[in-house]
Amino acid sequence: MKTSNLIVEKKKLAYGIHMFWIENELVANNAKAGQFVIFRIHENGERIPLTIAGVKDGTFRVIVKAVGKSTYELCRFEKGDKIIDIVGPLGQPSEIKNYGNVLVIGGGVGIATIIPIVKELKNHRNRVDVILAARNKDYFVLEEEFKEVDNLYFVTNDGSRGMKGYAHEMMEKLLKKKKYDISWAIGPSLMMKACSEVAKKYDLKIWVSLNAIMVDGTGMCGGCRVRISDELKYTCVDGPEFDGRLVDWESFNTRLIQYKEEEKLALEKYLEKVGEPTWL
Amino acid sequence: MAVKDRIPPIERDPQKRAKDFFEVSLGYDEERAVLEAQRCLQCSIPTCVKGCPVGIDIPGFIKQIAQKNFEEAYKILKDYNSLPAVCGRVCPQEIQCEGACILNKAGKPISIGNLERFAADWASKNNVEDEIQIDKNQNKKIAVIGSGPSGLTTSAELAKKGYTVDLFEVFHTPGGVLVYGIPEFRLPKDIVKKEVSFLEKLGVNIILNIPVGFAIHPQEILENYDAVFIGVGAGTPKFMNIDGTELNGVYSANEFLTRINLMKAYKFPQTDTPIKFAKKVVVIGGGNTAMDAARSALRLGAEVTIVYRRSENEMPARKEEIHHAKEEGVKFLTLTQPVRYIGRNGKLIAIECVKMKLGEPDESGRRKPIPIEGSNFIIETELAIEAIGTQSNKFLLSQFKGLELNKWGYIKADEFGRTSIPKVFAGGDIVTGAATVILAMGAGKKAAYAIDQFLK
Ligand SMILES: Cc1cc2nc3c(=O)[nH]c(=O)nc-3n(C[C@H](O)[C@H](O)[C@H](O)COP(=O)(O)OP(=O)(O)OC[C@H]3O[C@@H](n4cnc5c(N)ncnc54)[C@H](O)[C@@H]3O)c2cc1C
Ligand SMILES: Cc1cc2nc3c(=O)[nH]c(=O)nc-3n(C[C@H](O)[C@H](O)[C@H](O)COP(=O)(O)OP(=O)(O)OC[C@H]3O[C@@H](n4cnc5c(N)ncnc54)[C@H](O)[C@@H]3O)c2cc1C
Ligand code: SF4
Ligand code: FES
Repeated sequence: MKTSNLIVEKKKLAYGIHMFWIENELVANNAKAGQFVIFRIHENGERIPLTIAGVKDGTFRVIVKAVGKSTYELCRFEKGDKIIDIVGPLGQPSEIKNYGNVLVIGGGVGIATIIPIVKELKNHRNRVDVILAARNKDYFVLEEEFKEVDNLYFVTNDGSRGMKGYAHEMMEKLLKKKKYDISWAIGPSLMMKACSEVAKKYDLKIWVSLNAIMVDGTGMCGGCRVRISDELKYTCVDGPEFDGRLVDWESFNTRLIQYKEEEKLALEKYLEKVGEPTWL
Repeated sequence: MAVKDRIPPIERDPQKRAKDFFEVSLGYDEERAVLEAQRCLQCSIPTCVKGCPVGIDIPGFIKQIAQKNFEEAYKILKDYNSLPAVCGRVCPQEIQCEGACILNKAGKPISIGNLERFAADWASKNNVEDEIQIDKNQNKKIAVIGSGPSGLTTSAELAKKGYTVDLFEVFHTPGGVLVYGIPEFRLPKDIVKKEVSFLEKLGVNIILNIPVGFAIHPQEILENYDAVFIGVGAGTPKFMNIDGTELNGVYSANEFLTRINLMKAYKFPQTDTPIKFAKKVVVIGGGNTAMDAARSALRLGAEVTIVYRRSENEMPARKEEIHHAKEEGVKFLTLTQPVRYIGRNGKLIAIECVKMKLGEPDESGRRKPIPIEGSNFIIETELAIEAIGTQSNKFLLSQFKGLELNKWGYIKADEFGRTSIPKVFAGGDIVTGAATVILAMGAGKKAAYAIDQFLK
């Protein structure tokens, strides 16, 4: 088994969004759509969960968005560098089968993470419509990988491409004229929440992928807990995908910012040390 | 004849030690160890041995210490227990060997734990090499899943018997609860490292970062190995699930301790994993985990209160830990039960509690706590850490179809770890539910024996 964890390819897709292909056959050969890995990038590093966004010949791909100290640092890694610890695949795979008409929405870095789900849905002979949503036209990363989908829609917040506005607005526009059997929405939590509200209104099942703050990723710490209907669920082992209509979004969103002050401090200290993050 | 007093171990000053993560107890020096060992009556029918889950020849090793044959003492211990430096520190001796010691009737049992630790530390300091005796190669492969005390013991025993052992661990560091749960100030991680390197010397392949069930399918394991041992621990923390459990500031002890021990969050921002350095912390529970969480929070600078629904007598923690916690300034609020978390803007600010009284004994034999109506009151706090126990971790089990579980969701296994699948053995917390290091080790040892029998 080749588990060298070497970065065999690295590419900057947009400002602060970097793609890595990494050699690890155990992950590559076992990964299913919707699953994730956890990285540790140096001896004092934290555990960083990242979605597996594709596999190829014993390697797997992650798309990283730089949002804080660890991801800034990770984006500085280059081809030939090694990730010291990679554990995965983790989490429950997406429930993919032949549904009929499927709507998949990807926003921000979620555009990359829906790729394996869209591919699997197509393999199961679904008709798949996809909405890609981004801040502006420069952030439609890996757009070429959506060629097989039935209809592709673009949304930008500034109107530089496709519809001006938000993903859930496009979603509602489509739902008004067409019936879907199931949907997925993956992206920033505000987007997933808004899409879930639309789905509820149209009585449509919607899978969202929750990026809860994690430590172990094995159900051992309970830090990733989230309220689904009336039950506490652990995102790492019960998820990461849940029915968005049942998620308690308010507590989920506040839990995401529980280390805001610490994260700010860590990034400031890091930038003091390395200077301008010119590599982003 | 009056029974002589127990010789106390050397301990660091509570004020000083409560500010760092270095070890609290320094154990015995040679002089103290010998004095304590000389107190032993060398009974012809030693009751202490019956109290020890692995039946160590206690009078035997103590006699060697009394005669200053420290290396010999260590060798006797090692015959029964592969981790004496660990067990001497963390076993609940007061309900095991020391509880069964005849001198306990006078309230002054032999300090067997401290003597065990002394012998192990002495051997380590004096570079006593463990004999590495490996039987002839059996040409058979065993997979061990989980590197807690049960997995470590099974691996060592089977490697010695000449089997090829692959030990899989999902974390980036081996040791299970010994590294992620029990804090440095109680069990220095160098001790665990040393045990792990001994395993490597025995030829065990330790393979980290492998989530068995996900990266390797159980079917694959069954096909590629002659036998399998599962020692994945109890793992999943329970929550009381009262209102406000999802508030920021509410932790499970497992999360709090893992951040600190495994991820070294107490050094943040030198390390990347954050933890909340709070002024006020409430820990809920009365076991070792609660004590560890409380004393860790104290070391991060907090004022800490332990809230427990029964009385101190019923606390399952080792007596020594309760004593140390008190010395260091942890406050105890017993006969108290939280009923609701109170938050502001998503952050915990207080806990509503109710006073309890003790009623009739329940199934566990302990008197059942009953809420006193109308006694509700509020404790202000920034953090609440729940240490109310764990339940069966489904991480591996959900993938391992066909493995029979008992009604509590743990693996069904006999005394020798045999499960419903012929090739598959199991032991430790995933069979018994949350228990102790020594029981997990004992289970590992028995399973190794049974695996050897099975393959012969
Ligand atoms: C299942 C899952 C899949 C993910 N997939 C991807 C992906 O494919 N690409 C990607 O760029 N990001 C992904 N993330 C998010 C990514 O893990 C975080 O952005 C990263 O850990 C932030 O670390 P930081 O130090 O750079 O930022 P910080 O400054 O520490 O935090 C920035 C924000 O990231 C989140 N975060 C912080 N620590 C963690 C943690 N330990 N676990 C999870 N979230 C955290 C917090 O909400 C925080 O507000 C995923 C998260 C999860 C749980
Ligand atoms: C905070 C705390 C304090 C304690 N204090 C004491 C004490 O003072 N004295 C005492 O005797 N006992 C104490 N205990 C209890 C004791 O630690 C446990 O009973 C003992 O560690 C159980 O050993 P184990 O081998 O069954 O599993 P664990 O130690 O739980 O180890 C299981 C290992 O398996 C790994 N694993 C799980 N799933 C997988 C998978 N699918 N693939 C690969 N690896 C996997 C885990 O990551 C873990 O490393 C304490 C427990 C805690 C939590
Ligand atoms: S430890 Fe206690 S019971 Fe055991 S031999 Fe010594 S005096 Fe007797
Ligand atoms: S990350 Fe620890 S339980 Fe999910």
